[in-house]
Amino acid sequence: MSFENFTFYLFSTILVGAGLSVIFSRNPVHAALSLVLAFFTSAAIWLILEAEFLAISLILVYVGAVMVLFLFVVMMLDINLNRMKEGYWNYLLPALVVSGIFLAEIIVLVGGRAVFDKPAEVAAAITTEGNTLQLGRLLYTEYLYAFELAAVILLVAIVAAIALTLRRRKDTKLVNTSQQISATRANRLKIISMPVENKRSEDNS
Amino acid sequence: MITLSHYLVLGAILFSISIAGIFLNRKNIIIILMSIELMLLAVNINFVAFSHYLGDLSGQIFVFFILTVAAAESAIGLAILVVLFRNLKTINVDDIGGLRG
Repeated sequence: MSFENFTFYLFSTILVGAGLSVIFSRNPVHAALSLVLAFFTSAAIWLILEAEFLAISLILVYVGAVMVLFLFVVMMLDINLNRMKEGYWNYLLPALVVSGIFLAEIIVLVGGRAVFDKPAEVAAAITTEGNTLQLGRLLYTEYLYAFELAAVILLVAIVAAIALTLRRRKDTKLVNTSQQISATRANRLKIISMPVENKRSEDNS
Repeated sequence: MITLSHYLVLGAILFSISIAGIFLNRKNIIIILMSIELMLLAVNINFVAFSHYLGDLSGQIFVFFILTVAAAESAIGLAILVVLFRNLKTINVDDIGGLRG
């Protein structure tokens, strides 16, 4: 068994175990941490496939940002776990049937081809330059328009996330600065004419 | 010798695990979102494997865009979840039937 086989099977086992742990763990925090493990392991698998840039960006984007967001939300929300787990196993049979049929179809399709046909050779790398350089060259020439669209999508996501969760609280003593500046004397002070109230003080003097 | 089929079967296993996860955790929106992330990961593994074995970098570019869209999707999904929890004090799917869907 070569080192490539060994690492592939090792990481695949960890990946499948982490995936099972995500869906079966009772606590959502444990599920999120298992998902972190799954992302790390698949980054390692992508390193076997010589996709270094994507492996690193998977760790940076997913483990560093998305999963931290998940953990933050899971810990912030006060979830009643007992009600969530009611009837957990009720749909086990449909789940097994659907996923089993899906898996069997793919394995027949892919595995049958692997058994009967000659395995495809790895296409030889044309250049010796690194994966990141090649990806960057492709991304900024051929896929530039799609790249800009992706940037717009991220901007929309930022605006949407902030606009959804922004909350104006009623009980704060925050003042609106522009209203405060544009206030005139008439808004604050009212002069009324009224008769003198205290007669005796005038008499004494 | 690891062939393309090994990676495709690995992606299929991961995808079917996440299908089962959506069935089992149908009351917990957070776990459903995590299962969707797992599905996207399985698809990404397929893309990267094809890209490696066919010697075409377009697959990796596609994975890059999928990562972008998935990050945006989970950010908005979690924001909706937070607003939902703030208004209803629950994220149980059974309690969120306000639209009678």
